[in-house]
Amino acid sequence: MNVRLYVLQRVSAAVMAPLLLIHLGVIFYASNRGLSAADLLARTRGSLLWGAFYATFVVAAATHAAIGVRVVASEWTRWHGAALERLMWACGLLLVALGLTAVAAVVLV
Amino acid sequence: MNGKRGRPQRAPNSGGHRRDPLWVAALLHRISGLALAAFLPLHFLVFALVLKSEAALEGFLRWTKNPAVKLAEMGLVFLLTLHLLGGIRILLLENLPWFAGHKQLVAGALLTASMLALVFLVRAA
Repeated sequence: MNVRLYVLQRVSAAVMAPLLLIHLGVIFYASNRGLSAADLLARTRGSLLWGAFYATFVVAAATHAAIGVRVVASEWTRWHGAALERLMWACGLLLVALGLTAVAAVVLV
Repeated sequence: MNGKRGRPQRAPNSGGHRRDPLWVAALLHRISGLALAAFLPLHFLVFALVLKSEAALEGFLRWTKNPAVKLAEMGLVFLLTLHLLGGIRILLLENLPWFAGHKQLVAGALLTASMLALVFLVRAA
């Protein structure tokens, strides 16, 4: 892993840590009440704050996961070079695309 | 064979390092990270159901009240907490001067993740 990826991995982790704590709090709150689509959408629909929160979360998680998958593949498989790069970009772009679609679905629709 | 200080020395690739708690922590961090990365696309697809209809999401959320799904969610809470705490330990390790007690931090992370997962299951049941 080069320095750029190493720094990105750590920065995305540092960004995600507080977001994950809030996310865990929401999970526990929702688990107690019994999650319904109406409750969830009442919180997120039209909310700039939740939209920004989840969009930041998605980008940080996609970055962190893609680099992490690349690291594990380099350690546990014989993959190297361009194959690792393709795996990382495929993983990252898939997660960003699906994640931002999900955020748009619960915030904008 | 003993070294100069009388400590038993491991043969290269003996696998003895795999009994070290910090090696196990690194392995668990990778496994939990991979599991969470595999789960994320499914998580996102569920919320994208709103694009179809609110009822589609509601139908899926009703299905998640199944006890087997609650158990799986408990596993996810465990993995998420373990990965979060393991990651915080790595950030501390890399950005602060070395301090003794990293093995205790690993044990604490495992205990905290297990406790939170159990609390989640009790609340969700």
